[in-house]
Amino acid sequence: MSMIHVDLLIIGAGPAGMSCAIQAREAGLDVLLLDENRQPGGQIYRSVAHSPLADPDLLGKDYTAGAALVKRFLASGATYWPGTLAWQITRDRQVSFTRNGVNAGSGQIQARALVIANGAQERPVPFPGWTLPGVMGIGAAQTLLKSAALLPSQRVVLAGSGPLLYLFAWQLIRSGSAVAAILDTTPRANRFPALRYLLSALRAPGYLLKGMGLLKTIRGSSIPHIQHVESLAAQGQGAVESVRYSVAGREAQIDSDLLLVHQGVIPNVQLTRSLGCEHRWDDMQLCWRPELDEWGQTSQTGIYVAGDGGGIDGAKVAELSGALTALQIGQQLGFFTDTVRDTEARPLKRQLNSHRAIRPFLDTLYRPADIFRRPSDPTIVCRCEEVSAGDIRAMSRLGCTGPNQTKSFSRCGMGPCQGRMCGITVGEILAEAAHAPMQKVGYYRIRPPIKPVQLIDLANAYVPDANAAPLEAFVPK
Amino acid sequence: MPNVSLFSALAAAPAAQVSILINDRPFTVPDYMTVAAALLSVGITQLRETPVSNAPRAPFCMMGACFECLVEIDGVPNQQACMTLVQPGMTIRSMIGARSLK
Repeated sequence: MSMIHVDLLIIGAGPAGMSCAIQAREAGLDVLLLDENRQPGGQIYRSVAHSPLADPDLLGKDYTAGAALVKRFLASGATYWPGTLAWQITRDRQVSFTRNGVNAGSGQIQARALVIANGAQERPVPFPGWTLPGVMGIGAAQTLLKSAALLPSQRVVLAGSGPLLYLFAWQLIRSGSAVAAILDTTPRANRFPALRYLLSALRAPGYLLKGMGLLKTIRGSSIPHIQHVESLAAQGQGAVESVRYSVAGREAQIDSDLLLVHQGVIPNVQLTRSLGCEHRWDDMQLCWRPELDEWGQTSQTGIYVAGDGGGIDGAKVAELSGALTALQIGQQLGFFTDTVRDTEARPLKRQLNSHRAIRPFLDTLYRPADIFRRPSDPTIVCRCEEVSAGDIRAMSRLGCTGPNQTKSFSRCGMGPCQGRMCGITVGEILAEAAHAPMQKVGYYRIRPPIKPVQLIDLANAYVPDANAAPLEAFVPK
Repeated sequence: MPNVSLFSALAAAPAAQVSILINDRPFTVPDYMTVAAALLSVGITQLRETPVSNAPRAPFCMMGACFECLVEIDGVPNQQACMTLVQPGMTIRSMIGARSLK
């Protein structure tokens, strides 16, 4: 297998990756961007340039605004490979990939600098019945709306906490969908500590007003918005038939065949973990994040993270951080001086700081309730291997101190999702049981390939074609 | 299982339609759909049974993280339905238990 050489390789075509590519192209770097999806935009701007919806404005202006960024990215001169999975990255910045669709095959790229812009995933929220068909993430349902023009049918229940809960309810109201109820699990006790950050949140442009606008639409609708929901369970034989919940200790039930849940989002750390980058537990965002310097460089030289993969800050910050990372890489690779970098970076950093000012308020107000972080014993934690919270607690009593030990004992985290759905929960249960800090409990050892690869993909390795242009010179044999 | 979809189609822009086979039954869906979206849109809510306890499962995250939507596509087992676009003539089967080593 021959090696493809580029100045900058970016993984992920969300706001961070696209803006990083645009900025790096302006500086004159060759840029190759790999993305697992078929269209640029990431999760937030999914399908924005080719929306299947007759009226994409239903999703709101923050969504449709993404089309301009996609257009700039596609015109930037960066080489863009959609449908491409980067399944192994080495510390010396060699990337193994498998490409689907056009020029399907596998190959390796040697990058002078590498930016991981693979974003976030919804926080897995274990509760009784969450593995039943008919329970999905709110983000998942929003993906169906953005990319497949599919809307939840009647009697949908939305449950959870955080801005996306309200945004999606607002989008459903505008789309004419029937919502049976919003079960708001935001703990009452979060309000007072969040007030401390309200003043600084006002520095962030537009966020609070936007949020109040969403809530006003929800209150003006006929949807019951039930606050301070303390517990949640999906019930049914083989699929969801009803949702049980409690408020102030009193149980209630709603008949529904679709329960959509959300408790915020967490960085996708599979690649940074597989590289052995340093990570720290963020007790405010309740997630692991790679240690980054002010430009997004990880503990591995030349390997950077831009956007929500480095900590949850939202689409605007992702876009700004992608550009900042590109400026640093341009300077490091000798495309311009540090003076040029700093001059260009100054206004971006100012904007970045003002957008980030909303986070402490949101993170505190929408901090998930303890019951979703460390569920009751019978609740399944590892969906793949069907290991329960009680199993984890039992292993803790036997002396397991970290997720790699419980994995060896029970296969917890060893299924196809490679711990993406249980890693944080297992850690939090062990930390509570042993009265140990999360930093000490740690996380799964993630090894490549970060997603399954078929032998035939490896057999279809790229070979060089001497007659083609440099970046297009590699095609499957 | 009755074909009562949990999701219904909203007013969509014009799109090409493709014919696919799901567990030997023919369906026609828009070409922009992933396999997972197509399955949900035609009312198939249970895609697989787990290898551990044969519990029914269905798509959960729709973004390639949870691996709950694994199906057999054109004879290849354990494919992420949410990350695969439908293609004309595609044959999709539920994954019941673990894949066999053929």
